[in-house]
Amino acid sequence: MEFFEQLIIPKFNYWIYVILMMIGMRAMIAKNNLVKKLIGMAIFQTAIILFYVSIGVKEGANIPILDHHMMPGEIHGGDPVVVAEFANPLPHVLMLTAIVVGVATLGLALAMSQKIYRAYGTLEEDDILSQIKLEPND
Amino acid sequence: MKGLALFAVAFTGALLLYATGDFPDWGSLDSPANGGELSTHYIKEVRKETEVPNIVTAVLADYRGFDTMFETVVVFVAGIAIIAVLRDFGNGSRGYPPALANNLPEEPDLIVTQTCNLVIPVLQIFALYVLAHGHHSPGGGFQGGVMLGASYILIALANGVEAAMKILSERKILLMAATGILIYSGTGLVCLLLGENFLDYHVLSRILPTDPIMARSHAMLFVETGVAFTVTAVMFSIYANLATRGTLKGGL
Repeated sequence: MEFFEQLIIPKFNYWIYVILMMIGMRAMIAKNNLVKKLIGMAIFQTAIILFYVSIGVKEGANIPILDHHMMPGEIHGGDPVVVAEFANPLPHVLMLTAIVVGVATLGLALAMSQKIYRAYGTLEEDDILSQIKLEPND
Repeated sequence: MKGLALFAVAFTGALLLYATGDFPDWGSLDSPANGGELSTHYIKEVRKETEVPNIVTAVLADYRGFDTMFETVVVFVAGIAIIAVLRDFGNGSRGYPPALANNLPEEPDLIVTQTCNLVIPVLQIFALYVLAHGHHSPGGGFQGGVMLGASYILIALANGVEAAMKILSERKILLMAATGILIYSGTGLVCLLLGENFLDYHVLSRILPTDPIMARSHAMLFVETGVAFTVTAVMFSIYANLATRGTLKGGL
């Protein structure tokens, strides 16, 4: 019980990210089909995105967008900004670009697998490998 | 072999889970990431330094502008690489089994095309709103660009890739993607020419009719527009090339 209260409940975000990441990693190393490997890579990537975003969470905080009346005192005479009221913006920024770049690189990977299918007529890794090994003798 | 993979995955997972014991708790305020000087500075000073209420946009386009510029370049390079890998200037039948040849019906479905005709203008206007209002609400160049690209993908889904290619031809896609990078790096270069660091926007107040703080806010809109150009073009290019196996003819 103590184990649950100290290591799982307050750190459940890390458990989720590790489990998702390992699902993705198993798909990448154990599956034979190239598209299944890419699905595994996408799951792996999603796990890292969840990990980063979950680091930036603050208990009871709002989204990292300031209210319009909440301006720093010395310039506009408004309320001072309380740091604990806003979620950490930095992980959001890093993952925002990572998501779009991830889509672009996933598109490139799919393009390459289409090209491989065009050249070998299959996406199964062992079939491709046996064809590559046969080629010098042809 | 599969057993070995399972063992490797289980071992790595166990190591990572063992390490989480030292990680900060969910939502803690004084974790290294949340309590650190960097994010505290962003939240406290962003309004004073840039006049942008959306901290994420300010960090993305201003404080970490160099990072975002090269992320955009990565998207651009990925788009170029997809064209280089997949683009097929022949008739497209090369190397495919005949069962995969395209035999689409001549006429696109009426309900689908009419619904898309209603949805697409709204989607594009909303994408431009997300792009331009990214300083004050969730949004920005990447999000707006993806939505704008999605609207062209919707045209391609409803009417065929060739119909969408008439609106946004391959030449225009390449021009648009390159223009986006040019707008972004050009904004940085103007700052350099005005005697400050690359992408140090406050110096733009000398050529824009604003004070240095608002100049940073406006320059963020410029670079976000550049990002949106590149992302729109590359997203549509990825779809068009993948769906038609590089021929840009027929397909979905």
